[in-house]
Amino acid sequence: MTTKSFGEPILRKEDPRLVSGQGRYLDDLGHEALAAAFLRSPHASARILDIDVTDALDVPGLIGIYTYEDLEGRVAEPLPLLIPHPALLNGRTGYPLANEFVRHVGEAIVMVIAEDRYIAEDVVELIKVSYDVLQPVVGIQNAKAAHNAVHPSVPNNVSAHSVKEVGDARAMIKAAPHKLSLDLFIERSACSPLEGKGVYAIWEEDSQELRLWSSTQTSTGVRAAVAAKLDLPLQKVECIAPDVGGGFGVKIMHPWPEEVLIPWAARKLNRPVKWSEDRREHFISSAHERAQEHHIEVGFDEEGRILGLDVTFFHDNGAYTPYGIIIPLITSTQLLGPYKPASYRVEFTSLFTNTVLVIPYRGAGRPQGVFAMERTVDAIAKYLRLDRTVVRERNFIQPDEMPYDLGLIFQDGRPLEYDSGNFPASMAMLKEMVGWDNFETMRSEYAAQGRKIGIGVACYVEGTGVGPYEGGFVQVETSGRINVATGLTSQGQGHQTVFAQIVADELGVPIEDVFVTTGDTRRFPYAVGTFASRAAVMSGNAIALAARQVRDKALRLAGEALECDPHDLEIVDGIVRVKGDHTKSIALKTVAVLSNPLRYAFDESAKAATQFAVGDTSKPPVPEDQEPGLEGKDYYSPMASTFANGMHAVIIEILPDTAEVKILRYVVVHDCGRVINPMIVEGQIHGGVAQGVAGALFERMAYDESGQLQNASFMDFLMPYATEIPTVEAGHLETPSPLNPLGIKGAGEAGVIPGSAVFASAIEDAEGFEIRRMPISPSELWELRRTMKENA
Amino acid sequence: MKPSRFQYVRPASIPEAVVALQRQNSKVLAGGQSLTPLLSMRLAAPEVLVDINGLSELAGIELRGSELWIGAIARHQEVLTHPLVGTHVPLIQQALTYVAHPVIRNRGTSVGSIAHADPAGELTAVAALLGARIHVVGPHGVRDILANDFFVGPLESSLTHGELVTGVSFPVLDSSWGSSCVEVARRHGDYALAGVCALVQIVEGRLTAASIAIFSVAGTPVVIDVLDVCTENEKLNLKVQSLIDPDTDIHATADYRRQLVKTLVAQALTEARSNAESRTS
Repeated sequence: MTTKSFGEPILRKEDPRLVSGQGRYLDDLGHEALAAAFLRSPHASARILDIDVTDALDVPGLIGIYTYEDLEGRVAEPLPLLIPHPALLNGRTGYPLANEFVRHVGEAIVMVIAEDRYIAEDVVELIKVSYDVLQPVVGIQNAKAAHNAVHPSVPNNVSAHSVKEVGDARAMIKAAPHKLSLDLFIERSACSPLEGKGVYAIWEEDSQELRLWSSTQTSTGVRAAVAAKLDLPLQKVECIAPDVGGGFGVKIMHPWPEEVLIPWAARKLNRPVKWSEDRREHFISSAHERAQEHHIEVGFDEEGRILGLDVTFFHDNGAYTPYGIIIPLITSTQLLGPYKPASYRVEFTSLFTNTVLVIPYRGAGRPQGVFAMERTVDAIAKYLRLDRTVVRERNFIQPDEMPYDLGLIFQDGRPLEYDSGNFPASMAMLKEMVGWDNFETMRSEYAAQGRKIGIGVACYVEGTGVGPYEGGFVQVETSGRINVATGLTSQGQGHQTVFAQIVADELGVPIEDVFVTTGDTRRFPYAVGTFASRAAVMSGNAIALAARQVRDKALRLAGEALECDPHDLEIVDGIVRVKGDHTKSIALKTVAVLSNPLRYAFDESAKAATQFAVGDTSKPPVPEDQEPGLEGKDYYSPMASTFANGMHAVIIEILPDTAEVKILRYVVVHDCGRVINPMIVEGQIHGGVAQGVAGALFERMAYDESGQLQNASFMDFLMPYATEIPTVEAGHLETPSPLNPLGIKGAGEAGVIPGSAVFASAIEDAEGFEIRRMPISPSELWELRRTMKENA
Repeated sequence: MKPSRFQYVRPASIPEAVVALQRQNSKVLAGGQSLTPLLSMRLAAPEVLVDINGLSELAGIELRGSELWIGAIARHQEVLTHPLVGTHVPLIQQALTYVAHPVIRNRGTSVGSIAHADPAGELTAVAALLGARIHVVGPHGVRDILANDFFVGPLESSLTHGELVTGVSFPVLDSSWGSSCVEVARRHGDYALAGVCALVQIVEGRLTAASIAIFSVAGTPVVIDVLDVCTENEKLNLKVQSLIDPDTDIHATADYRRQLVKTLVAQALTEARSNAESRTS
């Protein structure tokens, strides 16, 4: 019997290659290519008066210097606005190279192509740009005040405004027995993948074809965008995502200016050209996320049930909106988490600032929304002197209410309807694991030693598996090798393992025989991309459906060969055999030979398929409704997203003199439906929690008032080390999704979402005063203590 | 993030190194852990890089009379694990546990970080507190500079153009001495928000010497004799606070750094005393 691999902690197939240095990332490619470097704006807002390249022209090894004036055709047009939305009234995008104005520090102004990167950077240093420096808009307060405009044509710096109502929340709050209002802030952070962006392009002059590699989360998206910009037939452009060293959202944006410019230069120069982003470039010219200000009004009854919730928030979208307003849309919908307030109103305003543009970073608007909601629930509990988990439980959507329609439209344009989930069970499991009910004993024991501890809790629901679709291709070679392809890309998730697990089970073959390719438009040209915790749900199901086609065909062909009913056959360990009579069998690889009638015998196994060896001479070699080859292709396109959920608890100790926060325990209960590989899911949770801890206690983008990013390096942007990350205790609950054939939900972003919420809850519990702004550093916490003491 | 063009010289002897360093705008490359990022970000653009890693006479750790000599290319990791250091100047190892991470300690040199004169450097503070001698060779021969004269300002030493630090000698501390290094950093291995090295001597149960060096709170390490005040916390703190001048930056306010210093000074002195007691017994 083939060992079932779905649900097993199978070791990752990609790891032996990656951990032994065999990975091939963007910068490992094209060593002979010309190199690009960019002159980037040193000012947050300025008009470019002059670009003087005189001193730069004599540098040996210089190939070309390009400014906006040099761009041609559609390359000179604004970059696309990828996701339009009716509420996005004033969407704005930049140009590949700045056209007269720069709107954030780091915006590209000049591209230099040279024999190598050293020379290109030498040239950049010699180019003199003169500017008329303008007053920048930095931060939400400044953007609201609108004394200066990021885009002169956009009034009040407002890109988008939206109001959504379910019931009459304001009236309900007014009539409620108890009310509270809160102001809550989250600061900017960023994805910070280990590998920055990168593009490498080869133009084939003879065939007029472009091949490009990009460190991207969507090779199909880049391909389509580049073909459009360079006015090339799609057929003449191929895009490959090589090994990608992390994405976390920033690489779903496309086309980045460099993704247009590098292929354009490669074609123009008829030479391979490459650009690898360096760390400083990544900080100042890629993307950030998270900055939001929320004002909450909430009305509730004696039991803590929320009668009305009115949320008004401001979102800092940076200088441009190429990815639309996905983040505030997600905040506004996913803020509700597992709760069912009797009425809900949400209003958001998205604001331009002269800072790096904003696109989704793992969690994508949910960390902010969950922070806002969970602080509110904690505040209700404190006000009513109720246990924080009790107030949560009283507001939970119950399992028998599933599927539950929240009356809103989700980020995919479809109704926000939770498909499944058991929130009370999750909470019970979390409380048991973390010892919630015994915590006061623990607190007293620590207090007796002069130590101060606190416990926090936070819940979230995450819409995963966002459409529109993904596809899968499965092919059995005559050697027995199974090729699997899907168009979305991999950035370290373990797709080569989990997709192989699915195929191994569906097809009845050893997992060692299954080889998965992702993110290569030559192998699978139709795809969306890897984001929104969607790869397992979308491509996993598509690949399962494709494998089922292959299985059906294999059984039919084997039935013909074995002269029996396909329904009596099974596939085990790569052998098709009669159930109950294992003497009648045929190897799957032989079925693959038979599936492809041949004229020429190129090897021993092929002989079996040649025209004098097989075939019913009464029929054509390939029946009319069939195709040659043992392969299948299918797509999965869901009606709606599937909703995963989880609950985190943390126990912290805060040092009395230095206000340093030490994490004693971090507990996660997680429900992502049926689990394909628990080890990979746990890895996703661990990585997510690490980024959650980072966002709560360490990472922030520190802009000064002139729009300079003061910490654009890993020395001052405090991405935590392994030494700062706690051991994560994880419990799994499996509530299958009824929406897809495999019953799975996404898990990629889950771990990060409640980070700021759960730490704020714990710090507030330990200190006794309100925590309304995250992240928080020891210095800030110590200053807050001092302020509280002075005010007391 | 690629360095500007520079000439790379790998001398075969100290005199050759000194000659190479006479060139305009030259820099010494030892472990490279501070220099290489500065080069890559083009914050430093030397014309000549003189790589001293091949000079075997600069390697090693030796007891020389009443001093412990550490050569200019001894790696942090070697210093951290060397028994002579643990026996004779344990403060160096106490401080090194806070310095970066294993991969950086495998390359970075302890003497290099002193020569770099970083005000946030743990070893800078150790050298200042112990009154280490910095051995220098230059076009006019060899000379020794006392640590207090060596550290002039942030990343600024009294080395003159073309001089090479060949090693640093630390006074050996007999078992009457105890020491400690404590700091608070946002991440393990980072530069400290504030840190304190403490040194005490206990003779026949009586405290006969007590001094501290505070780092990350001024342009150079702040060395303070605290024997007169170290049993009275209030006075101790008043004295210490009057001599430091911390900054507010994106990581911490000046007042928070002062609070850290208050806490760390008390902690370092307590630990140093118990270290002295454990070394005596």
